[in-house]
Amino acid sequence: MSAKNLQLDENGKLQHFLSIEGLNQQIITEILDTAESFTSVADRVIKKVPILRGKTVANLFFEPSTRTRSTFELAEQRLSADILSLNVDTSATTKGESLLDTIHNLEAMQIDMFVIRHKDSGSAHFFAQHVRPGVSVLNAGDGQHEHPTQAMLDLYTIRHHKQDFTRLKIAIVGDIMHSRVARSQIHALNLLNTAEVRVIAPKTLLPVDTESLGVQLYDDLERGLRDVDVVIMLRLQKERMSSALLPSENEYFNQFGLTQERLDRANPDAIVMHPGPANRGVEIESSVMDGNQSVILQQVGFGISVRMAVMSIIVGRTGLQVSE
Amino acid sequence: MHGNYVALPSVETLIDKLTQALKPYFPSNLPPAEQPVIIGIETGGYWIANAIHQAIAPETDLGRLNITFYRDDFTKIGLHPTVKPSILPTGIDGKTVILVDDVLYSGRTIRAAMNEIFDYGRPQQIILAILIDRGEREIPIQADIVAETIQLDPGNHIKLDGPNPLQLTIKSNLDNVS
Repeated sequence: MSAKNLQLDENGKLQHFLSIEGLNQQIITEILDTAESFTSVADRVIKKVPILRGKTVANLFFEPSTRTRSTFELAEQRLSADILSLNVDTSATTKGESLLDTIHNLEAMQIDMFVIRHKDSGSAHFFAQHVRPGVSVLNAGDGQHEHPTQAMLDLYTIRHHKQDFTRLKIAIVGDIMHSRVARSQIHALNLLNTAEVRVIAPKTLLPVDTESLGVQLYDDLERGLRDVDVVIMLRLQKERMSSALLPSENEYFNQFGLTQERLDRANPDAIVMHPGPANRGVEIESSVMDGNQSVILQQVGFGISVRMAVMSIIVGRTGLQVSE
Repeated sequence: MHGNYVALPSVETLIDKLTQALKPYFPSNLPPAEQPVIIGIETGGYWIANAIHQAIAPETDLGRLNITFYRDDFTKIGLHPTVKPSILPTGIDGKTVILVDDVLYSGRTIRAAMNEIFDYGRPQQIILAILIDRGEREIPIQADIVAETIQLDPGNHIKLDGPNPLQLTIKSNLDNVS
């Protein structure tokens, strides 16, 4: 079975959420629209709706996470799911038999949905291939491959501020090579027909296939930021750097750090985003991160609504089925 | 051609009947903040609630309830992302809530609506006002105020189209099969 089709059932409905690649514009838009309905849940006395009542969700984090994990957990709780969160020690686990063992053990506990983060690219797909029919898998970040819910919350944030993607110039700045977030974002922005997607990075941090993704490449931040509407900064992923791709953090900031002066090259109403966690003073100046063009903390809040939307759509997918 | 011909009263007349019956709940000596809160269920119930609200107490808060997330058949019918989210006035605690819907049938919608309302607070009482009661309840829920009671042939259903104009039509379920 191809990895692309794995996330859709025979009726084209979302059954797993593994990657933006392989989805279509209709599904992306449905997620964004549904997320909008969920934003009001946070304003209630009782911040809960009963959509996942009686369902059990397991959060399996084979890699550390704060934001993604806590917003997934809150999203699950606001949908009334029972939840189980495991930090799995990666040193003892290797992909293959032991991961399969984990799956089968958890399945024996009647889990309905898995949220998984793993250092290996493709691990969420692997999981989805081996769960029982009816059990769903959501990718919370797999290696350098994809982080699709992060891309969805980024899209949601952009739509919230800028509406029409077909008029937008969007720059993604930084460590593209190691970024599963960037990969998901580029696929998603292309699906929504974004006018222009720019990737700004040192040549050493660009993956070989970037050009095939239909983006404009820049290795000069100041030129790349000119007239853009949205600036997405990426974290310099020190833990994923195996070889010396950069002279020093200081040098990186001098060339690719987002300062207010540089941001002023973008449109005056441009917004600044960052998936977190940010290295202040490495890829972004502290004052820009806390400045009035920054929507970084808003992204975190939207992450809850977007994750609620994805899980609800998956659980509600049996709707509109023509069988019987 | 959709629907069998059945003489249905005009929606305007029915809304007027509801308005008259609800007026006593809005004593003129109470300030708007202490008046009942009118809440309509998306989408038809909200249209009617809107009309009643305009006629009786336009200065009070009007709520809109989208019960999609509370439906007991959610996993069967899925989500409808095009339906607008619920907007309820803050502070329904201790208030009288006038809950408005277009058609009362199985009673499941009202159950879901009441579950959702209680997630916003604890009203003093809920008055259920319905445009059309078509009977055939599946759970023990009854309306306090009904503008019209009708019986439908098996396999038919009644639908409120709107918002401009508001119009009732009876449709055969077979019409949906193409």
